[in-house]
Amino acid sequence: MIWLILLPLLWASLAFISGEGRGKWLAIGGLSGQTWLAFDLAQTVGAGGVAVEHLVGGWGAPLGIDLAADGLSAAMLVLTQCVALPLAVYAGAYYKRGEVAGAYFWPLAGFLIAGLNALFLSADLFNIYVTLELVGLAAVGLVAAGGGAQQVAAALRYLFATLLGSGLYLLGVALVYGGYGTVSISVLTPLVTSEAPRLMWIAGGLMLIGLMLKTALWPFHFWLPPAHGGAPAPVSALLSALVVKASFYLVLRLWIGPFAPLVAAAEWLAWGPAVLGTLAILWGSWQAIRAERLKMLIAYSTVAQLGYLFLIFPLLTGADAVQAGVMQAFAHGFAKAGLFVAAGVFIKATGQDTVAGLAGTVDRLPITLFAFGLSGMTLMGLPPSSGFLAKWLLIETALDRGYWWLVLVVLAGGLLAAVYVFRVLRQAFLQAPANTSLAAVPRTLEWTAFVLAAVSVLLGLRGVELMQLVGVMR
Amino acid sequence: MNEWLPLAVLASSLLPGLVIFTLPEGWTAVRTTLNLFGAVAKLVLVVVLLAGVSAGEEYGVRFAVLPGLDLAFKADALGLLFISLSAVLWLFTTFYAIGYLEGAPHRSRFFGFFSLCVTATMGIAMAANLFTFFIFYELLTLSTFPLVVHRGTDKAMKGGTTYLVYTLIGGTALLTGIVWLHHLLGHTEFAHTGIVAALGPEYAGQLKMIFLLLIAGVGVKAALVPLHGWLPQAMVAPAPVSALLHAVAVVKAGAFGIVRVVYEVYGVEFAQSLNLLTPLAVFAAVTIIWGSFRALFQDDLKKRLAYSTVSQVSYIVLGVALFGPLGTIGGLVHLVHQGIMKITLFFCAGNYAETLGIHKVSEMNGAGRRMPLTTLAFSIGALGMMGAPLTAGAVSKAWLSDGATAAGMDWAIWVLWMSSLLNAAYFLPILWRAWFRPISAAWPEEHIPARGWRETAWLLLLPPLVTAIMTLAAGMLAEAPGSPLEWAKLIAEREYQEVKLP
Amino acid sequence: MSSGLLFACVGAILFAMGVAGVVLIAHLLRRILAFNVMGSGAFLILVGLAQRYDFSDPVPQAMVLTGIVVAVAATALALALVRRLHALTGKLELPTDGT
Repeated sequence: MIWLILLPLLWASLAFISGEGRGKWLAIGGLSGQTWLAFDLAQTVGAGGVAVEHLVGGWGAPLGIDLAADGLSAAMLVLTQCVALPLAVYAGAYYKRGEVAGAYFWPLAGFLIAGLNALFLSADLFNIYVTLELVGLAAVGLVAAGGGAQQVAAALRYLFATLLGSGLYLLGVALVYGGYGTVSISVLTPLVTSEAPRLMWIAGGLMLIGLMLKTALWPFHFWLPPAHGGAPAPVSALLSALVVKASFYLVLRLWIGPFAPLVAAAEWLAWGPAVLGTLAILWGSWQAIRAERLKMLIAYSTVAQLGYLFLIFPLLTGADAVQAGVMQAFAHGFAKAGLFVAAGVFIKATGQDTVAGLAGTVDRLPITLFAFGLSGMTLMGLPPSSGFLAKWLLIETALDRGYWWLVLVVLAGGLLAAVYVFRVLRQAFLQAPANTSLAAVPRTLEWTAFVLAAVSVLLGLRGVELMQLVGVMR
Repeated sequence: MNEWLPLAVLASSLLPGLVIFTLPEGWTAVRTTLNLFGAVAKLVLVVVLLAGVSAGEEYGVRFAVLPGLDLAFKADALGLLFISLSAVLWLFTTFYAIGYLEGAPHRSRFFGFFSLCVTATMGIAMAANLFTFFIFYELLTLSTFPLVVHRGTDKAMKGGTTYLVYTLIGGTALLTGIVWLHHLLGHTEFAHTGIVAALGPEYAGQLKMIFLLLIAGVGVKAALVPLHGWLPQAMVAPAPVSALLHAVAVVKAGAFGIVRVVYEVYGVEFAQSLNLLTPLAVFAAVTIIWGSFRALFQDDLKKRLAYSTVSQVSYIVLGVALFGPLGTIGGLVHLVHQGIMKITLFFCAGNYAETLGIHKVSEMNGAGRRMPLTTLAFSIGALGMMGAPLTAGAVSKAWLSDGATAAGMDWAIWVLWMSSLLNAAYFLPILWRAWFRPISAAWPEEHIPARGWRETAWLLLLPPLVTAIMTLAAGMLAEAPGSPLEWAKLIAEREYQEVKLP
Repeated sequence: MSSGLLFACVGAILFAMGVAGVVLIAHLLRRILAFNVMGSGAFLILVGLAQRYDFSDPVPQAMVLTGIVVAVAATALALALVRRLHALTGKLELPTDGT
């Protein structure tokens, strides 16, 4: 389990030592190993039906670091490695040798993935804070790697948002420690009751706001579109598919873990995230429909899709809502990576980042367009795709609890997604102006986009194992 | 229980389709071989299935997608009716499309999506529950969109967008209904006498709402008024695609969905007890009249045919909504008959456009003398649509009228008569122009010169002739074993087990 | 009021000021300083609230040390980015158009 954290740290450091732009094969090799480890862990957790624990260095709490993996963590780990591996292959072909933007991609990506894995495995609140910062700083570094004024500005904006978010989270951790004298999630959970002191409520509120800021839930989404829309394609894909999911995972973990008694005592609380999620879906989709730049469109689509994740909070009285959330996280993770990666191909080929510039790409880049279409299918929630299963689970759970308006939001969100996805596809089907020429693009780029998109669709045909895995709770 | 046959039916178009996507544009021979191989293989498989099912064999297979949610296929008599129609017409359409698109760009893309489209249709026909039905129903939407916008012109885009708007919103309604039903029942498996009757009377209100959602969802593809707006716009697509939309796949999928929902989800008796059938019949009647009426005023040939489809497909819905086995038989047999007749008409319309550049009814003067065989096929199709004796249309109409009498809905007979008159009013002028008006001085745009008896490319000529012959055969040999009518009787017998058929 | 609680209260005030600074101040250098004030506030609370018992608890000290390291790293990254932005645009403020 520990190797899931050490391995990326190792190859990231080696990549840094070996010099600018190097480390591609180290990363692909390391990620392959990690993918195997993640599946192995998921297998252990799923087959055993219980969470797995590991005390780093044999120290144990409170001074040592405890790692623990249940179904939710294992699922997120699998998602992370499975998205990161194709992205590494893609990035290897995307950055030309000596390109400035790619100079520090490998080390930063390695640290980012190490941070993510550590976050999913951490069993105490303070350790999670450290991993949050590690993820945040690495992500900011990746956004800034483009080096232009716009990218640096986007990176700074992102940096302040993420620092503010983790600052709020840290304050929450401090209050929790002050109240209970521990930060271990497993120790804390039985201590908290619905009669918890006011301090605990404040702590929970601060952590929730901080994490929502990092997840870019509407109205805290302001930093996301410039950061994700401005970064190079592999970076955008990593950020949109994985990084925002980390803070969502954390909200979910806390919500159904230590703070569950508080949440149960105040049912109205769950409507906060759900209402914001609804607004995120509407606002994000609307902005995506209007966006002129392709990557901005995809970035706003992320804002909208993240909204779905927060719709599950009023439904969390049963395990089925967590399943819906994880399915949506998987669907969006693969599909969004596929979309950004496909957009990267389009931009390389057409030399411009506009929706209008796509005319005629259907003839020249059919594989990429197909990938875009498949990913779009997942975002729209059309069958057979994982997005469809996520939507199905969400709707059925909402019906089960009698929340009709959530059903309407999910359905409306799907239709809005169709508007912006087909806006792009339609443009690609138009006849190109006679004088356009497309640059040649390495085949690897096209096919990795296709693989990511295909996974997002094929997962929709077989979700049984994933659902069983998620059912294993800490 | 035989498991691999249903999968093989799907694979026989899915695999060639996927391979075709990857073929370079120039590999015409490989592509054609693959296409034909897939179509013929499918036909053979379907024949095996037909033989098996009539002998009482069962075919089915299922995979778990989520806990409690299965992707399930079965090949039953009703599904096979649709499958055989699609498989046969797909073969002809493939021939026709190969001829039609000769030398045109983007053929790999076209035939790839074409095969996906047929795969989706097969999935719809073999779906054993609403969940599976929905998956393939939406897949059909997605795979037809690239075909509708194939030409990439502004007009095609507009038609494609309209198509999407209607079908995606319809799909959303359908999904809502299905999840709701799944939530109430815990499953959505089709069964001969329906499944929702088990829920008890306190659910009647909810069930009515669900019925409305389901019918609205599939009604979009079946082009029920007022959900028909996409169909006349989608006729901008190339002729083989129109054939696919109107006869082989799309509107048929909608009509077939209505059949499944009424018979195998609600059960026809239970639907009747909820008073759902009469409103459905009224909608169908309105659609029949309205479609025919609008067709009268279309000068664009394909648009006139499109409105004619709107009208004709609702015959099927009307038959389903007439409570009683006779109406059922009429509706089901029309599912097949309408397909054969309409595909003939669209093939011919495509021939006129490809050969002479004729797109409008007003340009058709004397077309019968320049293209006698095509016009002969067209005439047979058109007469069939009117319900002239000896054609397939006559059989459908006879059973539908008998069904209406038996169900005590005599007004439906008037609707059928009215529609026949309107059909005559919009088809006969075309025939008159084509056969009896003097030949035009110059055709709008002559692409293919006549060579001897061959008025156009033979790949374009043969398919409509064959389907025209089938139209006649289905009419004249209606009582022969293995005819669509006999098969429809078999289904109706299984649906109304107590009733003995004449 | 015990000294621990006093620390915590001061920490809370510092944190609030820091947050206000990060959100409201346009000048980037001052914004980074505000972030550091915010961080210090959080650390004070962490140490202060843990002082309720008679013995001193080592765990928050360890946490604060780790936190300081993280804050230093974040500050360094922020400064590097601000320098880069200054070199590129000549300004010490973020562009307002949002892109």
